[in-house]
Amino acid sequence: MNKGVKSIETRHYEERDALFAGLRHVSRRSFMKLAGLSAGLALAKGLVTPHGFQLVQVAGAAEESDQPSFTFAYISDTHLYPASLNDRFVRAALKAVDDVNALDPQPDFVLFGGDLAQLGRKEELDLGRQILKTVKAPVHMMVGEHDWFLDLGQYWRELFGPEQYSFEHKGVHFVTVMSVGEKDFWTARGMTPAERMQTVAGLDNGVQSRFEVGEAGRAWLKRDLEKVDHKTPLVVFSHSPLYKYYRPWNFWTEDAEEVQAILKPFQHVTVIHGHTHQLLTNRIDNIQFHGMLSTAWPWPYAPEGLPTLTIQMNRADPFDQFDGCGDGAVDVLASGLVNKLYNLWDRNPVTVRASYLASGGKHDAPPRTKLPSF
Amino acid sequence: MTPKTLIVLAVLPLALGGIVLAQSRTTGVPRHAAPPSPSGDLVVALCDGKTTAEIPGVKEGETPTPEQARAAVDALMDEWRRRNPGARWDDLADAAQPKGGAPPAAAPPAADVQGGQTYGAFSARDERIWQAETEKFVAEGRRVFHDAKAFGGTIGVSCDMCHPDAANTHPETYPKFQVQLGRVALLRDMINWCIQNPTRGKPLADDDPRLKAMEAYIIAQRKGAALEFGKH
Repeated sequence: MNKGVKSIETRHYEERDALFAGLRHVSRRSFMKLAGLSAGLALAKGLVTPHGFQLVQVAGAAEESDQPSFTFAYISDTHLYPASLNDRFVRAALKAVDDVNALDPQPDFVLFGGDLAQLGRKEELDLGRQILKTVKAPVHMMVGEHDWFLDLGQYWRELFGPEQYSFEHKGVHFVTVMSVGEKDFWTARGMTPAERMQTVAGLDNGVQSRFEVGEAGRAWLKRDLEKVDHKTPLVVFSHSPLYKYYRPWNFWTEDAEEVQAILKPFQHVTVIHGHTHQLLTNRIDNIQFHGMLSTAWPWPYAPEGLPTLTIQMNRADPFDQFDGCGDGAVDVLASGLVNKLYNLWDRNPVTVRASYLASGGKHDAPPRTKLPSF
Repeated sequence: MTPKTLIVLAVLPLALGGIVLAQSRTTGVPRHAAPPSPSGDLVVALCDGKTTAEIPGVKEGETPTPEQARAAVDALMDEWRRRNPGARWDDLADAAQPKGGAPPAAAPPAADVQGGQTYGAFSARDERIWQAETEKFVAEGRRVFHDAKAFGGTIGVSCDMCHPDAANTHPETYPKFQVQLGRVALLRDMINWCIQNPTRGKPLADDDPRLKAMEAYIIAQRKGAALEFGKH
C-alpha cells in the first residue's frame, strides 16, 4: 500500500469521516459554526439540502449530558483470503484501517472483532496482521471461528497471544471472551482440519456444533471478574453474540445464560460482539449488546429471533461492495455504558445510544428502517 | 436397429400402454423375453410381458414405417383388450409394482372420482418419484450455490456467504425493475449479475443446468411466500 498517494474517493471519505467524528464531540456553539460550514459545502457541491449530513441528529448528541469519557474504534470480520486470490476483501480491510487512522482525535485503542481470516490459513492471518500493523492506535485482538478451526487457534495464538484476556482502561474493566468454541463434530466424521474449517465457515449447515464459551472459558471469566468491583463499568468483547438469536446460523452462544449469570452482579455491562455483520442491538436485564459491522459483506437478518430493540439497518445494495459494511466506534460514557457508532460505508452513520437501551427503546431511538429485509 | 427406430416405436405406443421392444440389443435393463418370429420378422412386446406382435415384412434390424409401427401397436392393444376384457392398463401397471418397504399407497380412488384419463392416471408412487427428482434438482442447486468453483467464481466467494439459506434473494419479487440495471430483471439475471460481480465469474447461459438448479434451490427456499412480482 502506498501511503503517500490517496485516491479522490479515499480523501472524500476521510473528510466526511473527520466531519462526523468531529461533530460527535463539539459544543453547541462550534456545532452551529460547523453546521454553517457544511451547509456551505453542500451548496458548493450543488446539493439542494444539507440533510445528507444528518446535522439535526448530531445536534442532539452535542447536548447530551452523559459525555463520553473516551472512545475506542473497531474493525471486524475482514474474512481475508490470500491477496492473490481475493483483493476485494483486502481493499475493504484497508479502507477500514484508513478510516480509523483518519479519526481525529485518535481513539484510545482499536478492537479487532475476530474473523481476520476466511479459512484460518497462515497466509491469511499473516496478511491480516500486516494490514493491522498499519493501524496507528494500539490494537486489541479477538479471535473468530474463521481464525480458529483450521488448527484450533494454534497459529492465531502465536501471532496475537492468548484468546481470553482482560485489561483496565480509564476505570473500565475490559474482558475478551472466546465464545466460538464448538463440541467435537469432526472426529466422528473423519474430517480433515481443512474440512472442519470449511464446515464452520458456512452458516447454513447443520453439521457443525453451536458456539459456546465452554466450561473452562466460563471458569476463567469467573476468576477474572472475582477481583473486579461490581460498580466498575464492564465491557465484554465476544465474537458471537452472548445471547441466543438464531440457532440455524449460529447467531448463537449455547451457554449464553450461564455467561449472562456471571455478568449479572455488575451494574454496567456492555457486550460488543462480531460475527453477525449487521446493525444489531439487544438488552437482557443489566447487559447491553451491540453488534459490529463487517468490512467484507453484510449478513441478512435472520428470519426469526431478532431482538425487539434492534432497528434494522436498511438492506444492502448488492451493486455496491461497501454498502452494509463498515467499521465504527464506541464512546464509553461517564456513566459506564456506551454509545455505539455504526460507521456504515456509503450511508449515513447510525448511533445506538445507551439511553435508548436503558429506556427500553422509549428514548433516543436510532433512525428507523426504510428498506427492511425480505 | 437405429436410435430413430427406437424413438418411433417408443413414442407411438406411449399413450396406449407402454410397449417394449423385443430382442433389443440394449443390455443391462430387465426385459421381457419375446418369442422369436419363425419368419425372422421384427417382434414387439407389450409391457405386460405376455402380449407380442410381429411386424410383417420388417426384419430384425430394419426400420418399420410409421404406418407399420402404428398397426403393430394397435394389434398389441387389441390383443391385450381381448385377453383382459374391461380392465384398465394403468390400474394393472400400478398393481404390478412391488410393495415391499414402500409407504402404504394412498387409499383406493373413491368411486365418484373422475378416471379413464391417461394424464390423471398416476399413483402415490409416481408422486414420490417426482418429489424425489425435484428434490434432487434442488439439492444440486444448493451444492452449486455453496461452491464458488462449481459456478465459476474466481475469488473464493460463494452465494451462501451473503445469502445463507438463500436469504434475501426474494425470488418472489421477480420480474421487477432493477433500478441499478435500469431495466426489468428476472431472478436469473440477478444470479448472473452476482456471479459476474461479487464472485467475479463468467455469466452462465440461460439454459445452463447450474443456473436452472440454483433457481430451483432459491425458489424452494421461499416456498409459501406470496408471489409479489415487481416488489421493491
